[in-house]
Amino acid sequence: MSTAKAQLEKLPRSIQFVLALGAIALAAFPLLPVEGGDFYLGMLSQMMILAIFAMSLDLLQGVTGLVSLGHAAFFGLAGYALAFVTPQDAPIALWWSLPLAAAAAGLAALVIGFFVVRTHGIYFIMVTMAFAQMVYFLFFDNKALGGSDGIYVTFRPDATALGIDLDNKLVFYYFTLVVLLALYFALRRLLFSPFGRVLAGIRVNEHRMRAVGYGTFGYKLTAFTLAGALAGVAGYLWAAQTGFVNPELMGFHMSAHAIMMVILGGMGNFAGAIVGAFAFEYVMHVFKDLTKHWQLLMGGFIVLVVIVAPRGLLGLVERFTKRGEKA
Amino acid sequence: MSDPLLSAKNLTKRFGGLAAVNDVSVDLHRGRIHAVIGPNGAGKSTLTNLLSGDLPPTSGQIRLNGENITGRSPERIARQGLGRSYQKTNIFLPFTVWDNVRLAAQSRERHAAFNPLHWFSAASRLTNVNQRCERALELAGLTARASNVAAAISHGEQRQLEIAMTLATEPTVLLLDEPLAGMGAAEAESMVALLQRLKGEHAIMLVEHDMDAVFALAEVLTVMVNGQVIASGTPEQIRNDAGVQAAYLGEEH
Repeated sequence: MSTAKAQLEKLPRSIQFVLALGAIALAAFPLLPVEGGDFYLGMLSQMMILAIFAMSLDLLQGVTGLVSLGHAAFFGLAGYALAFVTPQDAPIALWWSLPLAAAAAGLAALVIGFFVVRTHGIYFIMVTMAFAQMVYFLFFDNKALGGSDGIYVTFRPDATALGIDLDNKLVFYYFTLVVLLALYFALRRLLFSPFGRVLAGIRVNEHRMRAVGYGTFGYKLTAFTLAGALAGVAGYLWAAQTGFVNPELMGFHMSAHAIMMVILGGMGNFAGAIVGAFAFEYVMHVFKDLTKHWQLLMGGFIVLVVIVAPRGLLGLVERFTKRGEKA
Repeated sequence: MSDPLLSAKNLTKRFGGLAAVNDVSVDLHRGRIHAVIGPNGAGKSTLTNLLSGDLPPTSGQIRLNGENITGRSPERIARQGLGRSYQKTNIFLPFTVWDNVRLAAQSRERHAAFNPLHWFSAASRLTNVNQRCERALELAGLTARASNVAAAISHGEQRQLEIAMTLATEPTVLLLDEPLAGMGAAEAESMVALLQRLKGEHAIMLVEHDMDAVFALAEVLTVMVNGQVIASGTPEQIRNDAGVQAAYLGEEH
């Protein structure tokens, strides 16, 4: 009965405490006198954006049990959406372009999801990858869509309606942090809502869900669409921050990295996705500084974590704090 | 006699050349337990799967409350009032007993899941669902186990949980596939008592190997061998049927 191995859904106090510390550290970081602070500010913003992306995948992978190997397609599409609507000579308003980009990604997910959520297991993995490759090459081979070079996002979105200036790195940093936290708490609520419970039921035993009367197709399609739209929020922020989009954003590596982030941190509770995104990016930077064969080390690292901590880094934290309580 | 709640006419299911179920008809009435017996491989579970929509029949017709449901998906048939339990325990092992039954009960509140306004409210606060869940647990005698993880309760209790989940959807027709399988004597006794209680409100089809239970419970018996019905009638008629004795009882004993 190994299927009974409980996932960390409800977060124990110890983990909540660690997470709160992390959030405080993120909020306080810009106030610290760090040398090269601007560089780290950008890097942390990027990690937070990837954390949003990883959370959106966790809704499928950890909660619903749908391992998508094409999730980056929606991340990239929203980035392109921002690039397309931003004119050459002026910034575009954030208040409508962000929802638009997310909706575009969500719409693409709805269409692709209509075909892929009918499949199960290994077939789901293959079909999501196939669709993402189609989107990738649609942009890669199409000069009108920027081709292999990609497109510049000439201006960062204009958020004066919110009274903030996203061109300022510090402001962008805090804006991203607020979006990350807001989405995290919203997804946590969703997890324990009637809808979230159905998704968890589908992960554990879809056959039984249908037998008691759930039309699982509709639930899975809704989850796929929502996850696509949320990946779109991340992709939009990424394009806004870097000022540049190219097909690699929708590529296989991007999708695979997101899966590894979710596994690394611990699946099915969104907190793990955040922790995993930060850990993955951090370790990647460390390895990249060491050697240009960093992917070799990365592979070994992931294998090690999966063996030592099958429930991810959060599972590891829980295990150690539990041991502490018993002692 | 009143119209049957569920009526299957001339059901056949072929897997390649093999007719697992061959021209079988059953009528299920409220207040009656209709037992289906037969040796292993007789097609009892396949018949259950046909009635619940888990498998589409090759030919034949199924009517539930007078409506033709042949070929409909299992989830639609379930929503129209048919509940089934499985021969092989089919539950949500990592969830608590309460969450297993609560999830089954929630299947009747579709708007709660799909309305985005409900996406930020806790599922555990759906009062209707909680009440239905409590009732089902009480009926199945599992109230004391509510907070236990389903994987950690005894086999007999898992069988009870199967029933509780089915009851939480408030079905009118119950298909129970070997609810007594692998149960100890005491557990079996309480399960028989439970089925006796359920009989009043439901039309029940009981697939079961335990002959003591079958003859204690059933008003009607159908005997299947090799996908075909060889006899159907009251327990008395079945007991005295020469064909049944030769084909079934003789083979088993």
